[in-house]
Amino acid sequence: MPSLGADMEAGTLVEWLVKPGDQVKRGDVVAVVETQKGAIEIEVFEAGKIEQILVGLNTKVAVGTPLARIRTELEGPLGAVTAAPSPAAPAIPLAPPPLVRAPVAPPPPVARGAARARVSPAARRLAETHAIDLSTVTGSGPVGEIIYSDVERRLGQAVAPPEKKRAPWLDLDAMRAAIAAAMARSKREIPHYYLEHQVDVTVCEQWLTQRNATLSPDSRLLIGALTIRAVALAARRFPAFNGFYRDGKFEQAGAVHAGVAIAIRGGGLAAPALHEAYQISVDELMAGMRDLVQRTRAGRIRSSEISDPTITITSLGERGVEALYGIIYPPQVAIVGFGKIVTRPWVVDGAIGPRSVVTITLSADHRVSDGHAGALFLAEIGRLLQEPDKL
Amino acid sequence: MEQVTIQPAVTEITYRDAMREAIRDACRRDERVFLMGEDVGRYGGCYAVSKGLLAEFGPERIRDTPLSESGFTGAGIGAAMAGMRPIVELMTVNFSLLALDQILNNAATVRHMSGNQFGVPLVIRMATGAGRQVAAQHSHSLEGWYAHIPGIKVLAPATVEDARGMLWTALQEPDPVLIFENVMLYNMTGKLAQDAGPVDIDKASVRRPGRDISLITYGGSLWKTLEAAAALAGENIDAEVIDLRSLRPLDDATIMTSVAKTRRAVIVDEGWRSGSLSAEIGMRIVEQAFWELDAPIGRVCSAEVPIPYARHLESAAIPQVPGIVAAAKAALRKS
Amino acid sequence: MPTDKPRLSRDHMLDLLKQMIRIRRFEDKCAELYTQEKIRGFLHLYDGEEAIAVGVIPVLEKRDRIVATYREHGQALVRGVPMTTALAEMYGKQEGCSHGRGGSMHLFDRATNFYGGNAIVGGGLPLSIGLALADRMRGSDIVTTCFFGDGAVAEGEFHETMNLAALWGLPVLFVCENNLYAMGTALALSESETDIQRKAACYRIASETVDGMDVIAVEAAARRAVHAVRESRKPYFLECRTYRLRAHSMFDAQLYRDKAEIEAWRHKDPIVRFQVWLEANHMVHADDLTRIEADVAAEITEAVAFAEAGTWEPVEQLTRFAYADKASEPVSEVLWNK
Repeated sequence: MPSLGADMEAGTLVEWLVKPGDQVKRGDVVAVVETQKGAIEIEVFEAGKIEQILVGLNTKVAVGTPLARIRTELEGPLGAVTAAPSPAAPAIPLAPPPLVRAPVAPPPPVARGAARARVSPAARRLAETHAIDLSTVTGSGPVGEIIYSDVERRLGQAVAPPEKKRAPWLDLDAMRAAIAAAMARSKREIPHYYLEHQVDVTVCEQWLTQRNATLSPDSRLLIGALTIRAVALAARRFPAFNGFYRDGKFEQAGAVHAGVAIAIRGGGLAAPALHEAYQISVDELMAGMRDLVQRTRAGRIRSSEISDPTITITSLGERGVEALYGIIYPPQVAIVGFGKIVTRPWVVDGAIGPRSVVTITLSADHRVSDGHAGALFLAEIGRLLQEPDKL
Repeated sequence: MEQVTIQPAVTEITYRDAMREAIRDACRRDERVFLMGEDVGRYGGCYAVSKGLLAEFGPERIRDTPLSESGFTGAGIGAAMAGMRPIVELMTVNFSLLALDQILNNAATVRHMSGNQFGVPLVIRMATGAGRQVAAQHSHSLEGWYAHIPGIKVLAPATVEDARGMLWTALQEPDPVLIFENVMLYNMTGKLAQDAGPVDIDKASVRRPGRDISLITYGGSLWKTLEAAAALAGENIDAEVIDLRSLRPLDDATIMTSVAKTRRAVIVDEGWRSGSLSAEIGMRIVEQAFWELDAPIGRVCSAEVPIPYARHLESAAIPQVPGIVAAAKAALRKS
Repeated sequence: MPTDKPRLSRDHMLDLLKQMIRIRRFEDKCAELYTQEKIRGFLHLYDGEEAIAVGVIPVLEKRDRIVATYREHGQALVRGVPMTTALAEMYGKQEGCSHGRGGSMHLFDRATNFYGGNAIVGGGLPLSIGLALADRMRGSDIVTTCFFGDGAVAEGEFHETMNLAALWGLPVLFVCENNLYAMGTALALSESETDIQRKAACYRIASETVDGMDVIAVEAAARRAVHAVRESRKPYFLECRTYRLRAHSMFDAQLYRDKAEIEAWRHKDPIVRFQVWLEANHMVHADDLTRIEADVAAEITEAVAFAEAGTWEPVEQLTRFAYADKASEPVSEVLWNK
């Protein structure tokens, strides 16, 4: 099949004008090919006898496909094939796409004193949002540029870009490194003070038992929902524990986004936000917690969930110890810890009896609050837990 | 005996007169040079640039043509290929479209198509730009389009010094050079040394050094940009103004050095915004100076509309000083 | 010396015949190579029109200039562009006459003053008057010949060129190869006035029509015309009535013309007609033909070998030739401070 045009890739044979046994000479028209432009007669460039037709009528074949065999006068055995490309055709080297000129080398750097880091606009904005000092971030780009992921790493978590699902695996090493960086910074920069308070939560347990009897297993409440609600309500009344310390000053947060510390199998730890913990009901909070835990362990948290908590609550549950003193996650200013619930002898109405007691701790930023406020805050949490139906 | 330093005398001259001097000078120095175009001879030139030259050099060298843009531009190309140094004058860029086939398919392409056997040392001059209420078909700024074509060079002299000095250098080029003269500049006066001579045609010029922002422009917009820079200085913003001078090739080095210093750029381009030369310059800044930027690159261009007749509309359609000032302030995050 | 009568010597006749056969066999080989994808892009063959190139070009002097169209293999070969470099050019090899940058439609050759190879219909016309303008301004006696087809006559550039050539008195020989079709559009469907030389006459250009299938007639007319241009320094217009025996290009189903019409014109094939006439006048013998065919075949084989052996230009050199390579360009002799 001959090439008849720059854009011809194939042709359909629609008529043979010769048959086996016919003599042909150079220039004779031997067949008609249908192309996108219409029927074109094709000529032969050899002289000889048609020996065999190789392609039938109404067959579409690619350019270069042999159509017939011609025995030429010059050769004994089968001669050249009609309209086939020469087998010795040198391969045309595939030209690479037009060379893209490498960008001109950057101009001689203007004297900047301490060489100013190259930071992408996206990275710059993220660093600003989280008060990250760019001089503490190492750029991963080829000329030391700091890009978005460098700041993310610094933040404490390698997270997916907002609203994008991440692959369901977690880079625990990176997470541990990020936690290390964040905790070291916290200890370095935040003057912590610590308070503890023991609270009788028997009423909560009774309330939960009663409540859960009416609920299906997957919507049953855990005491964590109540404690987080209590902390959220208390935080509204004691705003010095709900917000961010940045640029040398405290910014009170309008809403309460409760950071919930969640352990991840393999040694990871995350504290994503339960948004609007003040506004939502206990049931909604419970559902939110379940969702957070599940997604956290699957590695599918959104970056807004990581960066939004205004106060964090940590708990070691049943297997933990009686008191747990957390380290504040900067730029937050407080973290509330719940130990495990133990049965203790307790005085109620003048009599001693067994009660479920939990030790609540507060680690707070002394730049923002002092022990007096902290004590009132903890006391408020304890008080709120005595009336679970009001949470 | 006192040593006396003789300063070259400086005159005040119009852009038009400077261009005429350039043509006259070229014709005197090189007998291969001749001027060809509509009304360049008897009429003295649509913008009076060639007034008086016919009397001085005669009709063979100051050659009036019929209204055949394609024909006489092609003739200029052929004459250049045969060893002459023609200056083809297309009355305005608006009419150059009739010669676009000759410019692109012949002038820009012959050297390449012939495998370097034939070159086209041709200069084409054209008036360009809006501002005289001559409406949609007479007000184009298509320098950016021409700057898209490999094989030619594109110049935009904006000062009397460049009007005087670019032509000779362009005539020495072995490849076609297009010179765009903004119509609003012809009457402009400036100081010029009496012995002013040829200037380079491949470098941009920093017309006003500054620290806070790079205002990059060419042609008729240069003076508005300088005026905007003066206004910005009054608000404590120190703008650096770059006159591109050559649109193809662009002087990347000067542009990037400036942006590395100021970290902000606004490009002022009288072409229509979409796909204009400002887009090319903006992209080059992204390619070569991304890490220096502290703000998005801005631009002030003509609005997406054929240039209207009514004065206030025409005025609003093309870049003006307040728009340039506003764009600069936006880049500096000030309102 | 009267230059307007062709020399009817046997040698000259055989030379005319050989030139035409040489073009025909070369074009035929190009067709074959194209079907094998050795030649790519567009290919426009000259079959049937050989008498024009062969009749006109040998009349020109070495110093004269030629501008042609994209159907220019015939003109290039007769003018003396080597068959080797012409074919290598069509292969895209850097040994080609345009360094592999142009292909079939852009054969250029400085040594023979061959200014292409122009692919825009009508685009070469303004170029030709420019070349002539330069010669006029320098007072030389060089003649520029511009080949173009009937299709170009519809373009504005044709009219602008005719006007300028006549108005300014430019030494151009315009040769219109009227093969009755502009690609697929018949002349009668394209022009209100199909008598093309009349159009030139309307611009006050001396013009005539000649049978483009008769090489002797073409030569005679060309001698008259070139002489006139060289002496008068005014343009001349020669309309050569001819026919394209092959399609417009390789990829053309020829839906626009009758097989019967093609057959009728095939009977007027310039080579066959001339050969028959020569045989009848005992100016050519069988062994002349054998020798001619053998010479031509050998030259073509050599050209194919040359093209096949040619090399590809390195991709790194891609952007060469957009602009002059300053290092190798001669500095302009006219300095500023002269």
